[in-house]
Amino acid sequence: MTQQAQPVSGGSEKAKTLRGAVVRFAGDSGDGMQVTGSQFTVAAALAGNDLATFPDYPAEIRAPAGTTYGVSGFQINFASQDVFTPGDSPDVLVAMNPAALKTNLKDLKRGGLLIVNSGAFTPQNLKKAGYEVSPLENGSLDGYNLLSIDISKNTLTAVREAGISSKEANRCKNFWTLGLMFWIYGRELESTVQWIHSKFSKEPAVAQANVLALKGGWAYGDAAEISHYRYEVPAAPQVKGTYRNIGGNQATALGIVAAAQLSGVPVVFGAYPITPASDVLHDLSRYKAYGVTTVQAEDEIAAVCVSIGASYAGNIGITASSGPGIALKTEAIGLAIATELPLVIIDVQRGGPSTGLPTKTEQADLLQAVYGRNSEAPLCVMAAATPGDCFHMTLEAVRVAVKYMTPVILLTDGYLANGAEPWRVPNVGELPKIDVTFRKEPEGFHPFLRDPKTLARPWAIPGTPGLLHRIGGIEKDFNSGHISYDPDNHDKMCRTRAAKVAGIADDIPEQKIEIGNDTGKLLVLGWGSTYGAIREAVQRCRDRGLDVSHAHVKYINPFPKNLGELLKRFERVLIPEMNLGQLVKVIRTEYLIPAESFPKVKGQPFKIDEIEDKIRQMMES
Amino acid sequence: MSNIVETPKLTKKDFESDQDVRWCPGCGDYSILANVQKMMPELGVPRERVVWVSGIGCSSRFPYYMNTYGFHTIHGRAPAIAMGIKVANPELSVWLATGDGDGLSIGGNHLMHALRRNLDIKILLFNNRIYGLTKGQYSPTSEFGKTTKSTPTGAPDFPVDPASFAIGCSATFVARSIDTDAKHMNETLLRAAKHTGTSFVEIYQNCVVFNDAAFDSFTAKENKEEHQLRVEHGKPLVFGAQKNKGLRIDARTLGLEIATIGENGVTEKDILIHDETNATIAMMLARMPYPQFPVAVGVLYNVTRPTYDDTVHAQVDTAKAKTKADLQKLLASGNTWTV
Repeated sequence: MTQQAQPVSGGSEKAKTLRGAVVRFAGDSGDGMQVTGSQFTVAAALAGNDLATFPDYPAEIRAPAGTTYGVSGFQINFASQDVFTPGDSPDVLVAMNPAALKTNLKDLKRGGLLIVNSGAFTPQNLKKAGYEVSPLENGSLDGYNLLSIDISKNTLTAVREAGISSKEANRCKNFWTLGLMFWIYGRELESTVQWIHSKFSKEPAVAQANVLALKGGWAYGDAAEISHYRYEVPAAPQVKGTYRNIGGNQATALGIVAAAQLSGVPVVFGAYPITPASDVLHDLSRYKAYGVTTVQAEDEIAAVCVSIGASYAGNIGITASSGPGIALKTEAIGLAIATELPLVIIDVQRGGPSTGLPTKTEQADLLQAVYGRNSEAPLCVMAAATPGDCFHMTLEAVRVAVKYMTPVILLTDGYLANGAEPWRVPNVGELPKIDVTFRKEPEGFHPFLRDPKTLARPWAIPGTPGLLHRIGGIEKDFNSGHISYDPDNHDKMCRTRAAKVAGIADDIPEQKIEIGNDTGKLLVLGWGSTYGAIREAVQRCRDRGLDVSHAHVKYINPFPKNLGELLKRFERVLIPEMNLGQLVKVIRTEYLIPAESFPKVKGQPFKIDEIEDKIRQMMES
Repeated sequence: MSNIVETPKLTKKDFESDQDVRWCPGCGDYSILANVQKMMPELGVPRERVVWVSGIGCSSRFPYYMNTYGFHTIHGRAPAIAMGIKVANPELSVWLATGDGDGLSIGGNHLMHALRRNLDIKILLFNNRIYGLTKGQYSPTSEFGKTTKSTPTGAPDFPVDPASFAIGCSATFVARSIDTDAKHMNETLLRAAKHTGTSFVEIYQNCVVFNDAAFDSFTAKENKEEHQLRVEHGKPLVFGAQKNKGLRIDARTLGLEIATIGENGVTEKDILIHDETNATIAMMLARMPYPQFPVAVGVLYNVTRPTYDDTVHAQVDTAKAKTKADLQKLLASGNTWTV
């Protein structure tokens, strides 16, 4: 969508109607900006807007107050039409202190609305943020619509009757700010009031204070002469159904629950805490009633080994981590490949190498996923494109893992994990079936006897009479499953394992074009979380009459069967990705085409503008 | 072990797989294998409910030779794999074969956590104080200064004692036995099998090729009376050919001392009675310096504590009793709106 801040209609008293807006909340990491952003999101969703969100927070839990590196942000793009990304530049910036202003102002659109908490612009805070003179006083903000309010003081006044300490009262200023933002966009307070009461149910005075702050912010908007800032963003047209807001990790966790329910086979989820994957573990640990058992293991290696042990014993073993954790799991993943056990490994990618940028996003684990193991160790690799897509791709990963008796790596990333979008709740009846068959028949059994079509070996689990057998990491004889050091047999087994994974291509959807023609001058090929930015950029270029199309791969190993042929129908192929060119290497290797790379590794997602500029530069020069 | 059911009596032969055993001739592993195969029928557990899990090393070939389910995994990780197996199916009788390198070097972390969690598995650690399969480097249980292929001028690090490591990790069952002592091993393994929770059995195992006769000073026929202390719950801690040497607490040092019954007014009443539920005694027995003291074998420590698998499954049962699994309802939980 286009982020339009111009009023479409409306008078001076009535709220002006907008097609949409991008709002960023920024403050100290202790200021509660993530809560403010989430609650603002829920209100926008309940009002029927389409939306996308993205939090941006520091790696430190509580960085020193007032510093630029302790600034935490939350951006939301909401509109009365389709939204694909959290938006490039905010139309509205809320800055709770000088450091938040300093680090975020450069992104705010010229002429955008800038709301600052003047109460936090103390000489000390200004100095910490590196301001010599207060920017509120030297005219440097003249290019913006500045709304300078002493939020700290207004909050203290609003919450007085709750009788809490001034320190606690000061913490309520995020809800005061949220109240003001709710007034500006005409949102209902009710869902947030309910959320506050349930969140602070054990501290009624704090709950009361936060509600007072929320209402105080709203009342301030009503009383102050600022009605020219009031906007309305009507509901977006959507496919009929029930919707909820969903984040990527949340969707992944629900996908795992759905896999257990749809297959009728319990899931054992082994994990070790790691940013940004831990929320999958947190969510699943609350779903014990749904056939999911979580194990917080002693390390990343144990986490995947627990999952492998569970699969060996007849449950569905799943693990989730991020790049460094996946690296530690590598040897065990090789064991699952050698013993041909189902296993799903979710890699919520983050900036690297090593510890890298733990809270920032990146797509640089693709080569690790496809190639990063010793010896010939093929496995299936998939990637989710949006937060809601994490649900469907998790189900798909489980379906393939149990059908082909193979590990599957599902790539998501920090941007998908923490980003959120409205999601149409699927009808359980329309979800894919996951068929699991355990071998029971002793006649003719050996552990590596293969299904002639899928080449999968039987899933024969301990506890089954008549199927006693031994498996392990040592090479197996093709015909008996016993250990074998025979050279020809090893060659045959390596080729068979590769053929099994390659054969999954017959069982996945063909590659489709998202928008544009299926032949032409330029195809922008993406994977993973770049979906929204690429799609919007391609749409904008097509609106300008450029012959450009967008395709997005979700299956990376194997690729869809028609991908090579599809790519060859375009004169040029451009691959934007948040790494230094990884998918592009695989595409070139696989199809021998001169695909062009458009890399970015800044720990930040692509902006629509960046991709749009690149396409125009390629096509208009 | 839980859920023992009545089945037709199996024999040792029923537990022998069709695979050729490939350890070096004379290896201590053969006698451990034979003893385990002989002991398993006594448990009354059907073979399909038994799973042997191992890591990497000579000892870890063990599952291939057992006619049960078996999983030969990767170096050091068997306890973690076993945890997944027990969480998935608590009805299985899960046994681990590991060694001093597999269990205490590369897999020390997993061993520690299996022990403290009290997962209901049986761990046999074959301690030969050497790396065998990689052809003779020193191991974490090799003695200080040991000359090996990788330490031609002597091992520079101090060894870990497996039994005291296990007690330190809050294990609930810790025992020691010896490869050449079939009767003792059988008794010890049966007790380990019957314990609910993690059973840890260290077996002194002779490596004929790279560390031959490593334990002879207390296991050989001529040495064992004077240098081995066979502990039994409720019995005095005595040893020696005449069974007249015993352990007592030296109140001045809060440590053990050896006293001879009949000398200097020492009577049997002065000798410490073994209490396998006492962690302090167990730790002192495990850590007795050799050769000033004998080497303690038998069940050093044995207590009961809830197991990890029982606790996890109880939590699942509680959750299921409280919440009916309705996927559609779960997917539509939280704030929703309808278009």
